[in-house]
Amino acid sequence: MPRVVVEVMPKPEILDPQGVAVRGALGRLGFEVADVRQGKRFEIELGGEVDGAALDRVREMASMLLANPVIEDFAVRAEESA
Amino acid sequence: MRLGVVTFPGSLDDVDALRAVRFAGGEAVPLWHGDTDLGGVDAVILPGGFSYGDYLRCGAISRFAPIMTTVVDRARTGMPVLGICNGFQVLCEAHLLPGALIRNDQRKFVCRDQRLRVESSSTAWTSSYTVGQEIVVPLKNGEGGFVADQRTLDELEGEDRVVARYVGDNPNGSYRDIAGIASAAGNVVGLMPHPEHAIDPLTGPGTDGLAFFTSVLAHLVAAA
Repeated sequence: MPRVVVEVMPKPEILDPQGVAVRGALGRLGFEVADVRQGKRFEIELGGEVDGAALDRVREMASMLLANPVIEDFAVRAEESA
Repeated sequence: MRLGVVTFPGSLDDVDALRAVRFAGGEAVPLWHGDTDLGGVDAVILPGGFSYGDYLRCGAISRFAPIMTTVVDRARTGMPVLGICNGFQVLCEAHLLPGALIRNDQRKFVCRDQRLRVESSSTAWTSSYTVGQEIVVPLKNGEGGFVADQRTLDELEGEDRVVARYVGDNPNGSYRDIAGIASAAGNVVGLMPHPEHAIDPLTGPGTDGLAFFTSVLAHLVAAA
């Protein structure tokens, strides 16, 4: 069944303390990286066809609840589930 | 005057907020998140804690609790609302206040007696303070960093809506040291530190927080 994936990321201009902590830990493990940002991924099973209207409905969910547009950006896409 | 305090699943400081209302001389009314009726209260306090376990984002789920529909409607028509800590997060998520609260920049939970400077006495909750007055109240948060875009911050400062600022070390990375803000009308106030824990020398660092509660009672009496 197809599902809809919503990825939520802190906006680039907003400090991401969790990403900073992960980057520090990677450095201590010997992995040198320039930056890490930590976000969230939601997998939503709609139980029906994923058409344009369904994606619009998920965008509404994302802007109302899943993301806070003041501090976060989100992306919505359909995906075949395993 | 009747002041309601909403208990959400995971609220911690509702009992102290009710006690602060009684200390200030008000009638304290417990409210439940699942109700829609405000029980005839004249003002509402959203207390600190970890409502809904802080799942998703702090305040993001509480914002849609049944009682919040009524609180938001009444706040838009002038009812005083004070959000403390988690309550401040709920008010931002509900768009009654601008901006958002994110994880502390230094990544530690902070719990200490915090010095603040009261920056505005023109809100329903701070009229008993004088501008520039320094007070000490407990601060305890992991996600207390107040953020907003530059235009919003300029607007808040230009409209006398910064209610309090941190004095000394900024404990959580809040932009412009902001500890609390008010709505444009001044009836809705959000504050990260906890005035309800500073109303009685027996249980707190002093009584500096009591004037938030006496302010709103005076405001309500004057409006009656």
